Amino acid sequence: MTELEAGRAERLAPVRNGMALQRYRDVLIALIAFAVLASLPLFTGSKALLDFVIRCSAYGLFATSLNLLVGYTGLTSFGHGMFFGLGAYSFGLIMQKLGVPIPVAFVATLAITALIAAVIGAICVRLKEIYFAFVTLAFQMLIHSTILSWASFTGGDQGLRGGIPRPAFFGIDLSNHVHLYVTSCALLILGLLAMRQIAQSPFGFTLRMIRDNAARASFLGIDVWRAKLTVFVLAALFASIGGMVMALFVSGAYPEFAYWTISGEGIFINMLGGVSTFLGPMVGTVLLLLLNDTVTRFTEYHGIVLGVVILFFALGLRKGLLDFVAEWFSRRRDAGEGR
Amino acid sequence: MSAPVIDVADLDVYYGTSQILFGVGLSVRQGETMALLGRNGAGKSTTMKAIMGLAPPRRGRVSLRGAVISGLKPHTIARAGLGFVPEDRQIFPEHTVEDNLVIGKKKGPEGQDEWPIKRIYDVFPLLEPLRHRIAGRLSGGEQQMLAIARTLMGNPALLLLDEPSEGLAPIIVQRIGELLRQLRQLGSTVLIAEQNMHFCLGLASHATVIDKGQIVYAAGIDELKANEAIRRRYLAL
Repeated sequence: MTELEAGRAERLAPVRNGMALQRYRDVLIALIAFAVLASLPLFTGSKALLDFVIRCSAYGLFATSLNLLVGYTGLTSFGHGMFFGLGAYSFGLIMQKLGVPIPVAFVATLAITALIAAVIGAICVRLKEIYFAFVTLAFQMLIHSTILSWASFTGGDQGLRGGIPRPAFFGIDLSNHVHLYVTSCALLILGLLAMRQIAQSPFGFTLRMIRDNAARASFLGIDVWRAKLTVFVLAALFASIGGMVMALFVSGAYPEFAYWTISGEGIFINMLGGVSTFLGPMVGTVLLLLLNDTVTRFTEYHGIVLGVVILFFALGLRKGLLDFVAEWFSRRRDAGEGR
Repeated sequence: MSAPVIDVADLDVYYGTSQILFGVGLSVRQGETMALLGRNGAGKSTTMKAIMGLAPPRRGRVSLRGAVISGLKPHTIARAGLGFVPEDRQIFPEHTVEDNLVIGKKKGPEGQDEWPIKRIYDVFPLLEPLRHRIAGRLSGGEQQMLAIARTLMGNPALLLLDEPSEGLAPIIVQRIGELLRQLRQLGSTVLIAEQNMHFCLGLASHATVIDKGQIVYAAGIDELKANEAIRRRYLAL
């Protein structure tokens, strides 16, 4: 028995070492990426570029968290934007009404998001495919119309005006543009790293197993409902962080942050970048924001241009950009091995 | 006589509005190999799915060693000790044979571990040389053995096999039959749903015959062998 266990440990050792190695590699990549991003203000005085990266951080966290649902678990949520809006509004309201330090508001917002996501998730994740998509969309509309109609609390269609107070903490002053920029980058990198760890953990592989065949997962003894609910809440938390970055950036929160179009953009981003790689949504975020910014400069009909691009990806490539690149590389490698 | 491992009583199952099972009842005792026989569309697979919780019954009761399991979720039923080998096997085609086995590993309902991987390879000697092969590239018979082995890794109190001979060459079917006879000798409790009567006659201890969603006959295997009328009426092609 002990001999067998030893044999098993020996067999699993290379796998475990491989996983640990990959974890170190991921951390290293994250550190380098953060160093590059954080040193950007030293080389350029362009406020527009830094603003662009901050927006990429907010949307990137949101879109990557959506990919945990869509790409890893096969849960296509059309209402994921509600947690983006919820993050922005909770954070803004806590800062405006209570005047607590920013880290306290940050944690409180995460707690609120987790609670609401758990309730909504408990109802939604029982449902399959299109029913899941539509019920999540319905909850999104519920939250959006609550924000609109509860004007005395949320400011209604005007949004949270008057700015969000940004008192300094731990020597970080978020009303300083560079401080805000570096903090956004740090949140993005930490968020991505955390989501990467989730995706590569045994739990992450359980999610893929559920995506591929939920019935098989269940008769092998996996509690599908609980796993789906867990990832739904986790994804909501990262979307909420994205919303908080956005609220800090614009120093306010607007009903559009909770409107269904935000969820739609999240799905677009995932289609553009691709859902079969971890960084696909990040690539999609940069693409979408670049497109948005450049096209709106030339025409007010930017929707048409975006639509054509989406059609090109959906019908032409039939996958996202990073999926395409990854496949191209693996084909080249196979050819190189003479297969 | 010992108490049944599984006891199914008055099971009604519907797919949408159409009723598939009408008051199905059967029970399997410790160490028995029960064959659930019937023609295509008679309700064999639906009975298996109903027991496993994949097609929840609208009426009736399934109990596993005295505890009611009908109405529970499939994963709870799996953890309570039912090991299901589905008709289409549902191995993980992109993973190796050994990975497929390890995925199925869990303690039995009493925390027992009677099927360490070494014993699996003793009972399934064909799988050992294939352990690093990708499961999707195995033959149908090898995949069937893998699916059975994976389920045994979960130390089930009862093994449910849905059409294990389906789509396999006769020589492979024979080999699966030998394997199941060996499991019976090892004391495993098994419920097999099968169309192939001859396959079951050689390895089961008891038989239940289902037709049009109702149980029409239940007896020891020797009685069924002697009862030409039943065999001709419900099982002959």
